[in-house]
Amino acid sequence: MKLRDIAHSRTGDKGNTSNISLIAYDDRHYQLLVQHVTAERVKAHFAGIVKGEVLRYELPKLAALNFVLQDALAGGVTQSLALDAHGKSLSSALLDLEIPDLLTIT
Amino acid sequence: MKTIRLGAGAGYAGDRIEPAVELAEHGDIQYLVFECLAERTIALAQQAKLKDPAGGFDPLLRERMKAVLGICKAKGIKVITNMGAANPLAAAQATREIARSLDLQGLKIAAVTGDDVLPAIRAGDYRIEETGGAVNDFGNRIVSANAYLGAGPIRDALAGGADVVITGRVADPALFLGPLLHEFGWALDDWAALGRGTVAGHLLECAGQITGGYFADPGVKDVAGLGRLGFPIGEIGADGSIVITKVDGSGGQVTLATCREQLLYEIHDPTRYFQPDVVADFSDVSMQQVGPDRIKVEGGRGAAKTGLLKTSIGYLDSYVGEGQISYAGPGAVGRGKLALEIVRERLALTGVAMTETRFELIGIDSLHGDRLSAGSEPYEVRVRVTGRTDSMANAVRIGNEVETLYTNGPAGGGGVAKSAREVIGVVSALLPENLVSPSVQMWEA
Repeated sequence: MKLRDIAHSRTGDKGNTSNISLIAYDDRHYQLLVQHVTAERVKAHFAGIVKGEVLRYELPKLAALNFVLQDALAGGVTQSLALDAHGKSLSSALLDLEIPDLLTIT
Repeated sequence: MKTIRLGAGAGYAGDRIEPAVELAEHGDIQYLVFECLAERTIALAQQAKLKDPAGGFDPLLRERMKAVLGICKAKGIKVITNMGAANPLAAAQATREIARSLDLQGLKIAAVTGDDVLPAIRAGDYRIEETGGAVNDFGNRIVSANAYLGAGPIRDALAGGADVVITGRVADPALFLGPLLHEFGWALDDWAALGRGTVAGHLLECAGQITGGYFADPGVKDVAGLGRLGFPIGEIGADGSIVITKVDGSGGQVTLATCREQLLYEIHDPTRYFQPDVVADFSDVSMQQVGPDRIKVEGGRGAAKTGLLKTSIGYLDSYVGEGQISYAGPGAVGRGKLALEIVRERLALTGVAMTETRFELIGIDSLHGDRLSAGSEPYEVRVRVTGRTDSMANAVRIGNEVETLYTNGPAGGGGVAKSAREVIGVVSALLPENLVSPSVQMWEA
């Protein structure tokens, strides 16, 4: 299944750094996110877009992860030539990630 | 326990105005806060001020003030905003004129200044956070330097009886923390309280984003009434308790999901959210739905501030030109790709020097490149060519080469748009706060 089936997401930007939250709709699915959506996996997913390090922060009380993607916005909103200079659409790209189906896990 | 209600009347400079009027009329609020400054907005405002010394504040300030000042005066609602941008003094004067034209005698309008730190930034050789280089490497290309001020001057303005407080660059959550300091008398080293106030401010600062704006995804995240999305209200207690809600009957929704997305918006390490007043810690925040469109927010802490103020430095960077054209029907993608090749060749042949370029098809690969975007072929595509240059003349030529596809390119191209602009880059440095002297000036309408 896609991450979109169990989680939602929003992107923010500060300069050339993007942050992408990933939040489980159901708190019980938080551990699935922790297990399957590692910083390494996110960096690989955004290969070619994110040039720098990817850091992951865990927020269990919100059933959420926060990813910080460095050198991800082609220079940042004031300079980037990208159509989406803020990188706002990156959250949708993250939700396209495949993780094992719930039925096969439970 | 004393509780105050703060409404968020704008989440960015161009935001809608009706929800702020709705908050003033029906929100039972004591404060209406307009957050209208983005990272790059202030550098652009500084440029506007260079061209017109009476300009450089938010273009929508007059319209917003006309819409809400009368209601706010009648109901005793205080207005706080960073719409002063590069020129809080001129913004305060404009607001005073509007107050007089609305016959609001006695309205007290305060301007907070001191965020413009260009001389201080030039005097010391500070390190650029993003690049590790030195600020002075930019030399005379620097056009602005604005430090993020904290909540103190806003508190002082309110203590002085201000009905309207207009600032330039202050930290966004500080716009909300200011009235909390004023109302509850929190000490400036009560880090726990300041951390809680920052949680509240951060949740409210983007206005419609916490009431369901920028949230809807049909079939997965449905939101009713987005066309008349209401803006949020924070009910804040003297003990730092927080409830997020909105005006009854307004569009949108306040849910755990909307509040969680907003808490994590534009933060990095949730244990260290750097603010001028406090280092806030969001890591133990939890939320609970306590009624329809009512979310109770618990947790949130703070630690001592760093004594350094983030300062946004604007500089003349480059010029960017762009052109777009559309193709539709059978073979649209093929013709779009051919158009890109043609423009690429012509820009080289005519000697347009570009330091960075993008040649892409909107509808195919323009957002995330060709790897994440592989999929079925669409009915229509839009060609996009953009490049960075060192002169406006060269930037203009990029759009022109796309336009010439009308008679010189593949079949059926239509709808050309072109543009060229000067780019103001923004970098940041950390300035010791003892080099920054905020002050408050007050006028009466």
